Amino acid sequence: MMTPYRKIGAAISGTALSLIVSAQAWAQEVAEDIAEAAPAVAEAVEAAAEAAAIADKGDTAWMMTATVLVMAMIVPGLALFYGGLVRTKNMASVLTQVIAVASLAMLVWVMYGYGLAFGGDANQFISTGKFFLAGVTADSTVATFTDGVVIPEFVFIAFQMTFAAITVSLVIGGLVERMKFSALMVFALVWLTIVYFPIAHMVWYAGATPETTGLLFDWGALDFAGGTVVHINAGVSALVGAIILGKRLGYQKDVMAPHSLTMTLIGTGLLWVGWFGFNAGSALEANGSAGLALINTLVATAAGVLFWMLTEKAIGHQGSLLGACSGAIAGLVAVTPAAGNSGPFGAVLLGALAGVVCCVFVMKMKPKMGFDDSLDAFGIHGLGGIVGSIGTAVTMLPALGGPGAEDYDLGGQLVIQIMAVAVAIVWAGVGSAIAFYIAKLVTGLRVSEDIEREGLDLGEHGERAYNY
Amino acid sequence: MKFIIAIIKPFKLDEVREALTALGIAGMTVTEVKGFGRQKGQTEIYRGAEYATNMVPKLKLEVAASDDIAAQVVETIQAAADTQSIGDGKIFVLDLAAATRIRTGETGDTAL
Repeated sequence: MMTPYRKIGAAISGTALSLIVSAQAWAQEVAEDIAEAAPAVAEAVEAAAEAAAIADKGDTAWMMTATVLVMAMIVPGLALFYGGLVRTKNMASVLTQVIAVASLAMLVWVMYGYGLAFGGDANQFISTGKFFLAGVTADSTVATFTDGVVIPEFVFIAFQMTFAAITVSLVIGGLVERMKFSALMVFALVWLTIVYFPIAHMVWYAGATPETTGLLFDWGALDFAGGTVVHINAGVSALVGAIILGKRLGYQKDVMAPHSLTMTLIGTGLLWVGWFGFNAGSALEANGSAGLALINTLVATAAGVLFWMLTEKAIGHQGSLLGACSGAIAGLVAVTPAAGNSGPFGAVLLGALAGVVCCVFVMKMKPKMGFDDSLDAFGIHGLGGIVGSIGTAVTMLPALGGPGAEDYDLGGQLVIQIMAVAVAIVWAGVGSAIAFYIAKLVTGLRVSEDIEREGLDLGEHGERAYNY
Repeated sequence: MKFIIAIIKPFKLDEVREALTALGIAGMTVTEVKGFGRQKGQTEIYRGAEYATNMVPKLKLEVAASDDIAAQVVETIQAAADTQSIGDGKIFVLDLAAATRIRTGETGDTAL
């Protein structure tokens, strides 16, 4: 059943498709363009236009679901995962930091983040246009990976918004128990602007020409759900932050055992469940590619859990709950760039490899290094992201059950993946250093020693996480 | 009157309480405590960070008893809490100067 309103919507969607790539599409201009364009859409092609440009209800419903699943990864998922790993006196501060920077990212995203990342053709490093979502209406659509299939632009904006929000929240893992709340907020604002939005554009933005398509996208770098954009980006930034901030007082002297592995397990479970939205949602459609990402997100994570625990055992410790949770995250991170670019057994390999590599780094190498990446944001997200992003070239192989074509060029793709990883590392490293130093200038980075000893809950927020 | 403080292994609480009840002890106070003695602590490992915890969790019992049964109370606790292994705990006995039951104002042995 097609109401007149829907017909108009279809015509608008068809036109909007071509307008997506045009810069400075202000609402009024769009309306005028459509008014001009509408008669040009001949009656003869109207049926085709309708078929091509109306978002499928199933795709739309799935993408809205995926969006809120990613939201649940942040609050309460990541908040509890990180919160459980700190000491009791800093629990409320970690929860507050996560919910606050994620909220900041959401507002910045609709103001100018979407515009800089996906707003319209400008160059290979940045978009311009659609600031304050100008010109976007409920009838606007964006293309997916299938020709002629679209989803509502507001849904796409919201989905991508949650990615920006979780990525900046992940960085907190390297900064906890010592960074000023005000400094974190300044850092988050600058970092999103100069690191996240450009990298999201570089990896995911398809422009009308190679000159306006994202740099890494144009190279042909594979990043299904954000191995470079989210995990390498956040992990490297957390490492830079941990180095600039310095170690926590008493690091490697005082007992800094996690205050609640129960909370960390709850957080891990919420992250894992939410990650189905993150990975399978990145297909942008409810289709077989999303289904592939779904099963990969299950098996890679399971492999990560068990291989982290096996590595613990091999190193001479007991298999632990924290190891299982850490391995789950390592597996999830590693399968992120490969989610739709791997068969299930390629995903198992990636998850297992990430479990082993991250475990050895975190347990054996990090303690000898001079930085305090407190919750291993680099050790798990950075390193797992690198393993996954480079490994994606391998999991594409048809021989491993990957979706690569018969003439798939492993060597060539491997070079592209390594170059993409290098760009992400350098961009995130330099950009985050700038963001941390700006925050240092504006507010100072660290809380006083007294506050650090007493706990950031009372010192920074005037409350305790637990009163009993 | 004597004030008896016993540090025991947590899982021995029920046996000690039952034995003391059989002896006619009408009440005690139990607190979860941590401490160290000859028993070695454990090593905890979180992502490679090792923490030697030499403080071991124990229960502290506080029992007030009249002079005539104080020695029996100590023997009873000792027998009930004994596992023949290191870390079974200790019993301390102090002289108790006075006792008052708040509800009635009774003092001395009748307040126990």
